[in-house]
Amino acid sequence: MTKYSLNILMVVSVILLLGMAHFRLIDNYIQMVAMTIGINIMMSTSLNLVNGNMGEFTCGHAAFMCVGAYISSVLSVFCFGSKFGDPLLPAASVLIVFPIILLIGGFVAALSSLLVSVPSFKTRDDYLAIISIAVNYMIISAIENMDFIGGSRGFQGMKDTVWAMIDIFDGPWMMFWVVSFMFMTVWVIRRFINSTYGKGVNAICQDEVAAEIMSVNTNKIKIINFMIAAGLAGCAGGLYAHIIGYVNPQSFNILKSTEAMVMVYLGGMGSLSGAIISAVIFTMLLEVLRSQAIIDGLLSPITLVFPDWEPSAGVIKWVMIPLLLVIVMQFRPEGIMGNRELSDVFPRLKKFYRFK
Amino acid sequence: MDFILQNVLNALQWGSFYALIALGYTLVYGVLRLINFAHGDVFMVGAYISYFLAGFLLAPAIGLSPALTFVVIVPLTMALTSLVGVTLERVAYRPLRRKGAHRLYVVITALMCGLILEYSNLAVLGASRLKFPELIEKQIWNLGGITVTNLKVLVIVAAILVFIFLQWVVTRTRIGMAMRGISYDKFAIPLMGIPIDTIIVFTFVLGSGFAGLAGLLFAMSYPVLEPFMGMLIGWKAFIAAVVGGIGDIKGAFVGGFLLGFIEVGVVSVFPSTYRDLFAFTILLLILWMKPTGLFGMPQSTKI
Amino acid sequence: MAQSQTQPASAPILEIRGLTQQFGGLRAVSDFNVELHPGEMVGLIGPNGAGKTTIFNLTSGFYQPSEGEILVLGENTAGKKPHQVTSMGVARTFQNIRLWNEMSVLDNIRLAQHYQLGYGFFHAVFRSKHYKQREREVETKARELLEVFGLHDYAEELPKNLPYGTQRKLEIARALSSQPLLLLLDEPAAGLNSADAKELIRLIRWIHGHFNVTIWMIEHHMDVMMELCTRIKVIDFGETIAEGTPDEVRNHPAVIAAYLGDENI
Repeated sequence: MTKYSLNILMVVSVILLLGMAHFRLIDNYIQMVAMTIGINIMMSTSLNLVNGNMGEFTCGHAAFMCVGAYISSVLSVFCFGSKFGDPLLPAASVLIVFPIILLIGGFVAALSSLLVSVPSFKTRDDYLAIISIAVNYMIISAIENMDFIGGSRGFQGMKDTVWAMIDIFDGPWMMFWVVSFMFMTVWVIRRFINSTYGKGVNAICQDEVAAEIMSVNTNKIKIINFMIAAGLAGCAGGLYAHIIGYVNPQSFNILKSTEAMVMVYLGGMGSLSGAIISAVIFTMLLEVLRSQAIIDGLLSPITLVFPDWEPSAGVIKWVMIPLLLVIVMQFRPEGIMGNRELSDVFPRLKKFYRFK
Repeated sequence: MDFILQNVLNALQWGSFYALIALGYTLVYGVLRLINFAHGDVFMVGAYISYFLAGFLLAPAIGLSPALTFVVIVPLTMALTSLVGVTLERVAYRPLRRKGAHRLYVVITALMCGLILEYSNLAVLGASRLKFPELIEKQIWNLGGITVTNLKVLVIVAAILVFIFLQWVVTRTRIGMAMRGISYDKFAIPLMGIPIDTIIVFTFVLGSGFAGLAGLLFAMSYPVLEPFMGMLIGWKAFIAAVVGGIGDIKGAFVGGFLLGFIEVGVVSVFPSTYRDLFAFTILLLILWMKPTGLFGMPQSTKI
Repeated sequence: MAQSQTQPASAPILEIRGLTQQFGGLRAVSDFNVELHPGEMVGLIGPNGAGKTTIFNLTSGFYQPSEGEILVLGENTAGKKPHQVTSMGVARTFQNIRLWNEMSVLDNIRLAQHYQLGYGFFHAVFRSKHYKQREREVETKARELLEVFGLHDYAEELPKNLPYGTQRKLEIARALSSQPLLLLLDEPAAGLNSADAKELIRLIRWIHGHFNVTIWMIEHHMDVMMELCTRIKVIDFGETIAEGTPDEVRNHPAVIAAYLGDENI
């Protein structure tokens, strides 16, 4: 029975987590961190498909999160909110419609990935980097010019949908959805990348010319891979939007893309377990650095010399995170896991799980 | 007609900044095949350096006249900004180069260094914007129907002079030719007796120095400084360099001015919020049609 | 005499007519013509830079010809991408070994059947019956191929850990995994010592018989060429300078002139 130990462990922890949230045993802050971890896992594993498994260098992953966030938010408000007039759908249908809305957001995000995947046919890494950054800016810029969804002021009203869910049953719904979608993300990626079909992605990374000659339709696989990655990021965006209840185009700029990149390169390109581990570590690191007390502590030698300086945690965080990645690049550029999975490093773990 | 000429003038001035910054990207890329993502922030640092230098020299303790201050801080800013660029190379890029690290890791490091510069600035100096003192008395001339300021002329002339200087350096000096040589074959150059490190440092000196100059001129033209001023300009200058054909100095200038024209053109017709959107879209379209840029050389992989 | 509906047995597998390739000002290939019939083993030789690999690149679809046409089993390859040409029945190996070094040997072989997988993203994710069946079949075929090449012990190894000669063998095995009718071998003996080269001759001869595949080979190792090929074409500066049996070619004055000073003869 040890074969299913990890599976059972996961199910149990999820139930435990949801239970504790439901009965207010863990406060809102911890719930928020848990949900952020879930979303970050989705972002880092999806970016890993493109930057890790396929070895492309894109720097604009947040663009897809943005598309997904906005599409699902707008749909959500149309269906269950009162911003654009009466809600289109009965509140009772929210439990079925909400995941569909998220998936639609993901789907549109997947389509928008064509802006990056099609240029990737002809361009090398550096050029693709620019294109992805430009697409990131363009999408944000486009939304900022769309006043009917708030433009640069942002968009809100998604909370109505969450309330509709709570009206049906007063439980930690967003936590539930985040966990579900997170598992779905990892499940989809794992199955795709482990199939011979998905291995075409790795083949393209390691030698594109050979892949093309050995009958892999490289253009098609690139498009599909980008679409999967963008679609999952889009779902993450939709979840993010509904948790916060407000979206703003600037939340999805190069900084957000950089967060995703840090997680991927910290975890190790191409390693699914690496991406998950680094997402967890990174999120927790962000929370730790959010504490002013800790920042003050870390910087006490400097403030001793310059007593007038009052470093703000929110800003210092963004000096330390890039610094962390620079150090990683200097001393362990292959990241925590390299390109191996947890089960390659600890083969005995294989006894404990059975994921098909 | 006046409208067009006025906009042409503005475009030339606006494009000069992009050109000066773009050539920093192109020089480093040509020599190292590295996109120095931190370069836009070096520009920002240059602007801040000039601000502090100006403040220092104008203060009663030294009390130089504004005009003299300007003359003094041009070389000083360039020198100090070069120092920043070279330090970056020494501390962050060179160790990776020594290890033979994959280019990707260096690029990521560059990206991160840019962020560190921005946020360190924000952390140390705070979010309040700094106002650059006026050093050159603005003189406005009216030629026909167009308004020309001495500052605008200065910027454009500076850009052109820099271009001429650089062309001279890469075609007439030994080290300049070595720079061009490295971009073709990294291994042959040391065999010719020229140390690679020297060339690389020289490249960063040039690129960062001119970024510093751009920072100073920008601060004089648009006197409000903020920590993120280099970010968007940097990205766009980089794209401009690529569109012009990265690795080629001519390309950087053409790309920079082209971008200047696109942006000024867009803003003269559409609301200014569309500026970035159009700029990026047009640049991407050009890249699509000519993937190696306007002056770039097609690179083919040997199969 | 009843009209046969099937192709006559000697219909060419590959026909190249008037192939010319211009790279800017450089004419890499000039009016190249060849016909390969099923079961033949033909050689292509010439000094370095003669345009041999360019011809292979054109045949496998990497470049589109400036002039001329390439027909595989009567079908023109113009406008087709390399993976499409591969699915038409053409496979090739490379001068420099291009194995996927971070994937197992088994995966290297399996991936060559990519175009025949017959399932897509959704089947893969939902692990449908169809997916499972195809994966089983692909794996079985791959393992059989490894077995037949004597590489099965290395199935889980990474190619970069294998000896050079074995890697070469693996590359050829991988090319055969896509079940080609025509196999293009680009300098298969490159870097091999004479013992390995002899082994290679045996291997290629065996492949020729066992897989019933037409082989077109670029090679500099003359002994390999002369032993295996029934017909050899010689090119220099993109132009055909001689053609014939190994003996004819060996003694051809133009060939000798082209290779004068070349250590390989």
